[in-house]
Amino acid sequence: MTDQITKKKRREAGAKRAIPTKDLPDPRFNNEVVFNARPTAPIVPTRRLAGQSLTLLIAIMSFIASLTFGAVSLIDESARTWQSQISREATIQIRPEENFDADQALAQAREIALSFEGVRDAQVISLDGTVELLEPWLGTGLDVDELPIPRLVIVTIDETSPPNFQAMREAVSEAVPNASLDDHRAWIARLVSMARTMTVIGISVLVLVLAALALTVVFATRGAMATNHDVIEVLHFVGARSGYIASQFQRRFMVIGLRGGLIGGVLAIVLFLATSWWAARNLATVEGEQLAILFGNFAIGPVAYAGIAVMVLIVGLLTALTTRFTVLSSLRDIDERRSDPSYEP
Amino acid sequence: MCFGACWAVQDDRSDRTMITFENVGLRYGLEEEILRDLTFQIPAQSFQFLTGPSGAGKTSLLRMLFMSLRPTRGSISVFGNDIARLPHDQLPLLRRKIGVVFQDFRLLEHLTIYENVGLPLRVRGRDEESYRTDVIELLKWVGLGNRLNALPPVLSGGEKQRVAIARALIDKPDILLADEPTGNVDPPMAQRLLRLFSELNKLGTAVVIATHDLGLMDQINARRMILANGHMDIYD
Repeated sequence: MTDQITKKKRREAGAKRAIPTKDLPDPRFNNEVVFNARPTAPIVPTRRLAGQSLTLLIAIMSFIASLTFGAVSLIDESARTWQSQISREATIQIRPEENFDADQALAQAREIALSFEGVRDAQVISLDGTVELLEPWLGTGLDVDELPIPRLVIVTIDETSPPNFQAMREAVSEAVPNASLDDHRAWIARLVSMARTMTVIGISVLVLVLAALALTVVFATRGAMATNHDVIEVLHFVGARSGYIASQFQRRFMVIGLRGGLIGGVLAIVLFLATSWWAARNLATVEGEQLAILFGNFAIGPVAYAGIAVMVLIVGLLTALTTRFTVLSSLRDIDERRSDPSYEP
Repeated sequence: MCFGACWAVQDDRSDRTMITFENVGLRYGLEEEILRDLTFQIPAQSFQFLTGPSGAGKTSLLRMLFMSLRPTRGSISVFGNDIARLPHDQLPLLRRKIGVVFQDFRLLEHLTIYENVGLPLRVRGRDEESYRTDVIELLKWVGLGNRLNALPPVLSGGEKQRVAIARALIDKPDILLADEPTGNVDPPMAQRLLRLFSELNKLGTAVVIATHDLGLMDQINARRMILANGHMDIYD
């Protein structure tokens, strides 16, 4: 009995769900169905997304951001290299004096330095080597006998366990009164400070560029979304959930964001590779050599490549998120729309 | 089980009332109220015409019925839910029970008429295979069986109107709101559409048709809600 009632209810419900078109034939119309099935078109119209200009804009901003990121990474890496190169060495300087056997003093200072733990090597700079060092400032044809030129011992240090510089300084001064030890710490402190400043400036520029990129993406996406307001409204009124509408738009915009980000990132990488190749080719020239001293061969490390890749992903994500928030806020506006703006609920 | 704020859309049709307006007033900006103290109900399975002179507020009233415009004062209850207190994420669930035919059709111009009519089902996550026959059948019935692949910009006003009606009906709504649904069609087509609305009504769908076509209203003996000077008079 209960089953029969249930079946009856179901029949009634079924009747309610059916559209009564079959009961209403109309001979006026040519009812021959012409239907060329095509893949269902995307709900969000592609031609209205201003996709190309948005892609171009995002590509340009990503390119600038990637360049900045690469440059910051290059400066940071170079600064570390300078710091490491300088901290690997210390110098014993022996000032000349009349009736002074410089060679003996140099050998003595070298012996003292080598006797310390944490010293890997100690090399006396020969007279010719000293002349060569002075050549850029004093020119060629220098007569060393006419000038009181200090002599140097280059001490190579084990960076991981450096020697006790204070003890070495005292020992050297005691044995050779004219000698002084320069452990380059003052230079290192300056370099570290400069490197940090440069890195901080670079990171600040990067943050600003990223903020500009984010704002560009936000405004460009909002602009593109504004042209689709009618689509959002229709979807809303046919009963689509906010999340569904947002996902339709965010998927399309994420593709645009990723494409733009990828173009910008790849172009920046290509530029870095080209610069690195150019620097390698020009290493033999004076300019190239000087640049190489400062920045190596302009090659950015794997961290920078990974950073650029992450940035491309962030751009895609940012575009998608902006789209999502814009759509959701647009839908909230529709739901809260009132005829009287002064009305406070 | 429910944690924190819980809200479920009620489907309260036990009292046979679908939409209730209580002392609803509406004004635009700081102007005088164009609708004042509207108190009425749209019962389940009812059929009514909403009429009145141009500018009387028919479209505004329909928008409030469809929850696309909030009143300046008063309360509106849809399927037993006070819409002022209903969370936003629940509104789509209520809208799914309401079919709307907009005066300006609101068709998506990049979608074919087949896709436009199937849109309400598509956004509900239905597979295209599952609704293809229904959509084709409905479009065939409104005389557009041979134009399924046409895009809205190439359709005449009357054809667009029929597509808009088919879209509103495709998910068999509990209530149909139509703003001048016969405004752009010839009299025989208007009659035909009215018959469809009437048949739908007999099967349980409440129908509200906003029109100022007296000829159309004379064809069916239905409740008339007449808007004039901001007030509503109802003739059952």
